[in-house]
Amino acid sequence: MRAMVYRGPYKIRVEEKDIPKIEHPNDAIIRVTTGAICGSDLHLYHGMMPDTRVGMTFGHEFVGVVHAVGSSVQNLVPGDRVMVPFNVYCGSCYFCSRGLFSNCHNVNPNATAVGGIYGYSHTCGGYDGGQAEFVRVPFADVGPAKIPDWMDEEDAVLLTDALPTGYFGAQLGDIVEGDTVVVFGAGPVGLFAAKSAWLMGAGRVIVIDHLEYRLEKARTFAHAETYNFVEYDDIVVHLKKATDYLGADVVIDAVGAEADGNFLQHVTAAKLKLQGGSPVALNWAIDAVRKGGTVSVVGAYGPIFSAVKFGDAVNKGLTLRMNQCPVKRQWPRLFEHIRNGYLKPSDIVTHRVPLEHIAEGYHMFSAKLDDCIKPLIVSTPA
Amino acid sequence: MAEIPTPYTAGKPGLKESKEELRGRIPGWGADLDPADRPSFPREQPGIETGAHWDFPERQNEEWPRERSIEHAFVTPVFGTSTPPAGVSGAIRKYAYARFSEGRAAHWLLLIAADRVDAWEHHLASLATVRPDNPVTETGVLSEFSRHGLSSRLGKKRADVNHQWIDPIVVGGPWVLAGLGGVAAVRALRRAAGRK
Ligand SMILES: [Zn+2]
Ligand SMILES: [Zn+2]
Repeated sequence: MRAMVYRGPYKIRVEEKDIPKIEHPNDAIIRVTTGAICGSDLHLYHGMMPDTRVGMTFGHEFVGVVHAVGSSVQNLVPGDRVMVPFNVYCGSCYFCSRGLFSNCHNVNPNATAVGGIYGYSHTCGGYDGGQAEFVRVPFADVGPAKIPDWMDEEDAVLLTDALPTGYFGAQLGDIVEGDTVVVFGAGPVGLFAAKSAWLMGAGRVIVIDHLEYRLEKARTFAHAETYNFVEYDDIVVHLKKATDYLGADVVIDAVGAEADGNFLQHVTAAKLKLQGGSPVALNWAIDAVRKGGTVSVVGAYGPIFSAVKFGDAVNKGLTLRMNQCPVKRQWPRLFEHIRNGYLKPSDIVTHRVPLEHIAEGYHMFSAKLDDCIKPLIVSTPA
Repeated sequence: MAEIPTPYTAGKPGLKESKEELRGRIPGWGADLDPADRPSFPREQPGIETGAHWDFPERQNEEWPRERSIEHAFVTPVFGTSTPPAGVSGAIRKYAYARFSEGRAAHWLLLIAADRVDAWEHHLASLATVRPDNPVTETGVLSEFSRHGLSSRLGKKRADVNHQWIDPIVVGGPWVLAGLGGVAAVRALRRAAGRK
């Protein structure tokens, strides 16, 4: 089969690999029909996630058709069209049985601090991902769901991570009616978080980014008020003034550790890998929220330490909430919202890149070329 | 704006738009107003239905001694089998897993160091294959031409443009240095051979 393969920081290529095989009785092998590149894949691509090995295939956002199933699989048969949450999880451990699917203890020998994620380094279990023609899906009776007949394939692929994660970010903010919500980052997760904040009754939604085309999407798609932080000497002061010197009730960090803060941060973190990433967005969130407010973090952060302004969080009495999204817990509600027309996830898709050209897709997405917001990976035409 | 801003007195700032205005403007506004009715509420919900029909999953076959965090009691019943550790990078990785817990900086820094070694091991090995690493196709840099590289950056108020000039230097620099080192080594060998 053809598969994207990591060759080292900023370098990937498409190679011939063996089709994955059933390694556990509850495995399924899925033939991928549509995948996506996620902002958090850039963390791997830039070489910032520990134990990202040359030869690995990335990709945790994908949908496809069941190709083969293991002997204990009861819920799927070959031919089923399925969507697969980015979390690999067992469904029966201490954490899974309480609904913390992203914190499963039975699927990642490499770490206890994080669960399993497809195509996301050995720190997340060493699973090959779905930027390939086929992918192994463990615990096929637990993770995947059949794509409803009425659902668009491109909506389904956005339901494997970006949309539920954005929705979950708003949910972690514990938004109450009339709250002012600030979202840092107008990438896919930020856009969906802003949109979801309204569903939860926000009175005002403000989105911050530095890419005008993404801010435009935040205004049209997510109905948000937007500010480009480059235009302000100090975006935090501007936000304080814009909120009557109070600060926001809830701030959602949808940026993560790849924040473009300043030159020094960029070189030491993104390029030389001397720190776990730049915590600029998180520190802005801590600064911009009101005292007693809530900061929700759904941006991707790796395990390496970053310098976070924790004292301010203590002194302001903040509630900090964060996790990887337990995707499948969000699905029934999100399906409803899509059916009701409240959400149309595929509206944020800007590019469809054939698997064979994925190296260029990564560069385009990483360098933010061509007004790219969300690139999907489509099967290469024969 | 009020004469005395909000936080100095007890009142809450008024809504910029009424509930009705918001409902009219934003599809689905307030559909998930009730926090108790949101999907991950309560956060931990004992006995949740997941589809698992096992208490402890059957164990996947371990085809090589699988490296694991020493914070785990054993190798988890299911794990990924991508890219087993090999070479010098593999030795560093195995040491990082065997010796340091996830709480230790050394654990993660060794793994990151192994990643750098791994990349160089593979770059060097690729030179001996019919398909050596190709910095043009593998960096996807051609999309600079097909995807509006210049116009995507110029005059766009982007925060990252002011430091992007250094990226090719930091990424390509080690390659150039390695190349120069290689040339110097070849020259030195020739000189040594000439002296005989
Ligand atoms: Zn993702
Ligand atoms: Zn589990």
